[in-house]
Amino acid sequence: MSILSILQLHKYYGEQAALEDISLDIPEGKIFGLLGPNGAGKTTLIRIVNQIIAQDSGEIRFDNEPLERYHISKIGYLPEERGLYKKMTVYDQLIYFARIKGISSREARSKVNYWLDKLSVGAWRDKKIEELSKGMAQKVQFIATVIHGPKLLILDEPFSGFDPVNAALIRDEILEIKESGVTIMLSTHRMDSVEQLCDHVALINKSKLLLHGAIDAVKATHDERVFEVVLEAWSLDFPESWRVVKSSNLVTIWVAQDRMSANEVLSGVMKYGEVKSFGILRPSIEEIFIKQVKASDHG
Amino acid sequence: MDKVFLVIQREYLAKVKKKSFLLATLLTPLIFPTIMGVFLWIAIGDASDLQVKMIEVVDENDFFYVESSDTYAFSISKVTKEEGKEMVQQGERHGFLYIPKMDLGSPSGIQYYGGSNPSMSLITSLEGSIKRRIEEYKLMQQGIDPSILAGVRTPVSIQTLIVQDSGQETTTDATLNYGLGFLTGILIYIFIFVYGNQVMQGVIEEKSSRIIEILVSSLKPFQLMLGKIIGIGAVGLTQFLIWIILISGLSVVVMGYFGMQMPQQTAMELMNPDLTQIPDFGEFSPILEALQGVDFVQLVVVFMFYFLGGFMLYGAFFAAIGAAVDTPGDAQQFMFPVTIPLLIAYMGLFIFVLDDPDSNVSFWLSIIPFTSPIAMMGRVSFGVPIQELLLSMSLLVAGFLSTTWLAGKIYRIGILIHGSKVGYKTLWRWLRSSS
Repeated sequence: MSILSILQLHKYYGEQAALEDISLDIPEGKIFGLLGPNGAGKTTLIRIVNQIIAQDSGEIRFDNEPLERYHISKIGYLPEERGLYKKMTVYDQLIYFARIKGISSREARSKVNYWLDKLSVGAWRDKKIEELSKGMAQKVQFIATVIHGPKLLILDEPFSGFDPVNAALIRDEILEIKESGVTIMLSTHRMDSVEQLCDHVALINKSKLLLHGAIDAVKATHDERVFEVVLEAWSLDFPESWRVVKSSNLVTIWVAQDRMSANEVLSGVMKYGEVKSFGILRPSIEEIFIKQVKASDHG
Repeated sequence: MDKVFLVIQREYLAKVKKKSFLLATLLTPLIFPTIMGVFLWIAIGDASDLQVKMIEVVDENDFFYVESSDTYAFSISKVTKEEGKEMVQQGERHGFLYIPKMDLGSPSGIQYYGGSNPSMSLITSLEGSIKRRIEEYKLMQQGIDPSILAGVRTPVSIQTLIVQDSGQETTTDATLNYGLGFLTGILIYIFIFVYGNQVMQGVIEEKSSRIIEILVSSLKPFQLMLGKIIGIGAVGLTQFLIWIILISGLSVVVMGYFGMQMPQQTAMELMNPDLTQIPDFGEFSPILEALQGVDFVQLVVVFMFYFLGGFMLYGAFFAAIGAAVDTPGDAQQFMFPVTIPLLIAYMGLFIFVLDDPDSNVSFWLSIIPFTSPIAMMGRVSFGVPIQELLLSMSLLVAGFLSTTWLAGKIYRIGILIHGSKVGYKTLWRWLRSSS
């Protein structure tokens, strides 16, 4: 069951293609990671889903209905570049953002109070944004995104600007929100958070979709396993196909799996020194993506 | 539409709650009297500790005399022209007036030498003195004694009344009408600029702080723009209403104060506009009477209409400009098309409308929506035919609807574009884009 289905989406800025033939399904209740280098088209895609700009062609369905204006009350959006009214108090500002999403004023008040307590911002409720620290303002911004209880949360670089403590706090909030059945679409450069958080990923480069799917499936299809050997070497005269990753008195070598079996590799490296550890290395999402982006840039 | 209302509410409260709003509202009515007071004070100070400036006068005809005043003293002598100039150069004299031998029928060749630029009032008074002397001389030659002439001169002032269709007569006063037209016209001009700028600043703030992304994912750009313009317009209206209350409150206090110094009955009559019989107030009497003839309710209603209409018309432009640029500094290049029609209206108000409110130029200035908010205020106090007023008002409504629609197109695209240099060409492309 997908909350958001994107079908053959195209968007051009003049002659320049921003999105070409993007088709994606975002499964309900999961965390979906949207990845890609700067200028790949992530923000354009996010803006189209938020109905800030319109696509040139293609269809978007939200909850099995064509995406319409009224769906915005079910979407929460945290833009990459954050902004709040500097001269407005935390409380007034959150009430305003809740109200323009269509929440009644009574409900808005109780929700604002709930979230201020939950993220321990309560003491700052009557302060103006300009009097807040950056991290605190980020929390307020996060509350503004989730205040109306959206079914789909779109977070553009949600961790930028947070110190590690608050980043962890936000990560826990994201996981908790997911537990309550909300779908989360996040775009980020931080690959470690992708592996920790995301169930599904999609990679966009130069306006095209390179790959997408469940994170385990993506890893399995791109599994070019390598052996990682750490040894105390007495000779550094390795075959050329071996990649020396780290070289001190302990040498780490990667050997691609398709060339040799584990036994062959092990007997091979034994000639060069004392083996300290031997294992199979699975690629990280980051490695898969860098490889894919490079391949598509050269192709 | 309740989303537009939410935006209006936010804009309104954000402005009205500020201390600067309260200060500006309370202090602005005091600014003009204060400035005038300061000028007067300086002028009086000038006059009291002023050294009398000496001016050397050489008259080859031995005929003229110039009367000294508090500021200038004239010494009539027989020095040559060169000596006179040298006295000015040395700083012994403030100036040197040279009257050559001439035919009194057609005086010419009179020269004034000064160490610095002479003030206009000095030259005017010198010219006046010389002219008077020649006139007296000519009268004498015709056998008329100037003292008889002085006795004949009689001050006259005409009381103007307007006969209405109903046969009722109301007193008017051209000076008063001029003053009211002047004041209200200028007020609208200033209001449009001040509040238009606030719209622009607000849009730039939302754009540069990226609040706009959250906002336009919640409501349509057009709703946002409309809400902002109406909200800030309401702030202006509030300010104006506060001024009216302040001024009428103050008038009652002032009237009450003067009322204590006159017999109870006359005070009562003065406060009651129905009684047109006004006791003798000397030369102020016709103005007071005319003041009672002014339909202030109509004036205020028309003013509010033209303020709101004019503000909405130009406010849309200000919003579009704010959306097209990244910083207030960049906005300068687009201010031209907004400033020019406003300046035309402003100049037109002084040159044509207040001078002759019923002329053709005045008519067109007060009908065309870009100039009508300012120009019509110059005509209203003189009285405008109701059909012209209605025509002008409906054109203004049509005008702001179309500028808002046009501005909306620029606004919608501009608010999401950052960091790229936008020129008139780009604006034109946005205007023509349909999606």
